[in-house]
Amino acid sequence: MQNDLIIAGFGGQGVLLIGKMLAYAGMADGKEVSWLPSYGPEMRGGTCNCTVVIADRPVGSPVVERPWVAMVMNLPSLEKYEEMVKPGGLLLVNTSLINREVRRTDVRVVKVPANEIANRLGNPRAANMVALGAYLGATRAVSLAAVEGLVRETFAGKAKVIDSNLAALQEGYALGEREAADGKVVPQEVGA
Amino acid sequence: MVETVVFARPQALAPVPTHYCPGCTHGVIHRLVAEVLDELGLAQRTVGIAPVGCSVLAYNYFSTDFHEAAHGRAPAVATGVKRARPDLIVFAYQGDGDLASIGMAEIVHCANRGEKITVVFVNNAIYGMTGGQMAPTTLPGQVATTCPLGRDVSLAGYPIRVAELLATLRTPAFVARAAVHTPLHAVTAKEMLRRAFRYQAEGTCFSLVEVLSTCPTNWGMPPVEATEWVEKNMVPYYPLGVFKTPEGVDRAPRPAPAEEG
Amino acid sequence: MAKKLMKGCEAIGEAAIKAGCKLFFGYPITPQNEIPEYMAHRLPQVGGTFVQAESEVAASNMIYGAAGSGERVFTSSSSPGISLMQEGISYIAGSELPVVIVNIMRAGPGLGGILPSQSDYFQATKGGGHGDYRLLVLAPWSVQEAADLVQDAFDLADYYRNPVMVLGDGLIGQMMEPVEFRAERTPCKPLSPKAWAATGCNGDRPTNIINSLFLDPEVLERHNQKLKAKYDLMVRDEVRCAAYGTDRPYEVLIVAYGTVARVCSTALDDLREDGVGAALFRPITLFPFPYAELRAAAETARAVLVVELSTGQMIEDVRLALEGSRPIHFLGRQGGMLISPEAVAERVNAICAGLRAEVRHG
Repeated sequence: MQNDLIIAGFGGQGVLLIGKMLAYAGMADGKEVSWLPSYGPEMRGGTCNCTVVIADRPVGSPVVERPWVAMVMNLPSLEKYEEMVKPGGLLLVNTSLINREVRRTDVRVVKVPANEIANRLGNPRAANMVALGAYLGATRAVSLAAVEGLVRETFAGKAKVIDSNLAALQEGYALGEREAADGKVVPQEVGA
Repeated sequence: MVETVVFARPQALAPVPTHYCPGCTHGVIHRLVAEVLDELGLAQRTVGIAPVGCSVLAYNYFSTDFHEAAHGRAPAVATGVKRARPDLIVFAYQGDGDLASIGMAEIVHCANRGEKITVVFVNNAIYGMTGGQMAPTTLPGQVATTCPLGRDVSLAGYPIRVAELLATLRTPAFVARAAVHTPLHAVTAKEMLRRAFRYQAEGTCFSLVEVLSTCPTNWGMPPVEATEWVEKNMVPYYPLGVFKTPEGVDRAPRPAPAEEG
Repeated sequence: MAKKLMKGCEAIGEAAIKAGCKLFFGYPITPQNEIPEYMAHRLPQVGGTFVQAESEVAASNMIYGAAGSGERVFTSSSSPGISLMQEGISYIAGSELPVVIVNIMRAGPGLGGILPSQSDYFQATKGGGHGDYRLLVLAPWSVQEAADLVQDAFDLADYYRNPVMVLGDGLIGQMMEPVEFRAERTPCKPLSPKAWAATGCNGDRPTNIINSLFLDPEVLERHNQKLKAKYDLMVRDEVRCAAYGTDRPYEVLIVAYGTVARVCSTALDDLREDGVGAALFRPITLFPFPYAELRAAAETARAVLVVELSTGQMIEDVRLALEGSRPIHFLGRQGGMLISPEAVAERVNAICAGLRAEVRHG
């Protein structure tokens, strides 16, 4: 079984961070993982993305051209990755910053107003955590507990930041789980 | 009604957006160079030399001919162009890593030969493109990714004052230092660039203008703070002004006249 | 020791420290800046020294001096910077000094781009700098293997008194994977004291001179032949390679190294599912190249596919290995573009279709 996903957004939205957290959590869950960032001129103020593979056996290609899941945090990322998601895969869309509908009809869609939820929780920078939570809720790719542990570790010593990030993660998780329960998304057994 | 354009893009600047980070003053310096080339009527016979560093893409931002040089070698490429075509106006645009670290040999010998070129030396006290490593001009105590505890002068030496260093060369030259962190400073910087290019156009001498610049991204501060940082930290260490002119102005420290030969 | 999630560049840096390297000289260049940054942060903690050179030209001459003093020393760079280091590398090879050089390759020629590439294969395996010399070249395909090979590289360099290059690409440098460092590590070669080092003779031994200047042609020729004998030993004793899926029948043998081999291994799985017989051969040492091993692996295959992030460099060694015995196909991307498992599988399928058509017409 292999979970692979591409997380994409603006530099500064924390997409690399949540990708790393997924890889760490996967490793903590005893899985094989790889994390591959985009790098280069686009690091400076443009779009950035990372590819995460979480698998039950050694990861083959760390490069994924057709991901099972794409988490898109802004419009340029939706434009770039919508067509690449495998049929039957999942598009997780940050509707706070993306005001168009998904055109594909052969993929499942989870809409997450990540920035709105983060703002409401009082930490506008935690939109990435909302999206990460939604991904976990919808796919159960790694355990929520493992990621919660990482949040505490990452922001150690900053109690307020930990609380708001945990709240964002959990609210996202509930949203993702709800979408899955509605039958829009099935917790996935991905790949072979 | 007659419309008067009071502010427009200089012809020597290409009508494209740049890749520079918000608050970086490379754009201002590009513009000043372009304005000077326009006003002196030189743009049509100008060839620029781009460096390796943040301004590596400078050839996209000027509407003049350009060469892209290997890291630090811009003065050597400029020498080749100028020797082959003395009728051209040749300028090298270099950052502090490019000119004062890897390209120190090239710039010193180019200046010492008195190549009739102009060098625009942009000093922002850090490596920008590679992500904030220590530059030869990083200030004492200034934190960079390769001096995580701040520049330790007992290990890394003191930051190099390029204008002063080049001014010690005996070959006639125009060497000055300016800044662009306020409009008034930018006006003075433009005056110095104008003199530099005029000396070249008249075939007088090598010219170099060092321009203090900002790097909010790698200094880790907002743009406004960065401009204040220039005034507070850079200007005291890197004094502004003219260090050497072909007419004999010379603020550089020198040995006693008897030793001068 | 527990597994740790590390970026390839950081794992390479930590591996050097685990191998007892206390000296790093280098110059910033993307995509390997995390190596000097890691060393700048980590070396002072272990009593080591990090120097940011004014250029790669200078850095390659600094490691020459440090290695001549008998210390383990290391530098890293990426393609254009490695070109600049060729001056120093040639002197180091000529003076028979042990150094480890990591090249995180990016696309060229010239300033090229900063994205992953394998376009420095010729430079690494066939010389690079001037003069008749060889580097021992190791090509990891994962972060873990990069960490292991860097540690081995120091032993190999010391044993042969020769520069060893670890040849990775931007993917190896930038990706994060779990890494485990062995608590107790035995050197992969027997090591002896560096009695040749120029450390000040104190009048109690003849002077040691680190040198590559031999003005007498007979003396220089003897020196060249001594180096050649050393390279022959490497060819005899140091070949490393791996094969995957060769335990079942295969029509097509894929040959790839580094991260590209990872991509091919995924293609292999997909092809197996579709019932297509393919196997993968992966050179781990690029010099010495596993000529005999590759020839043996290709014996039961009907065609060979070489996959590289270049316009075709390693393929020349594959041709030498197979001596025209099998048709050799090539799949390459350049400029920093990557090859996907799908593209590899598609090409293998096309080759198989061609073989079947041949049978029908033949």
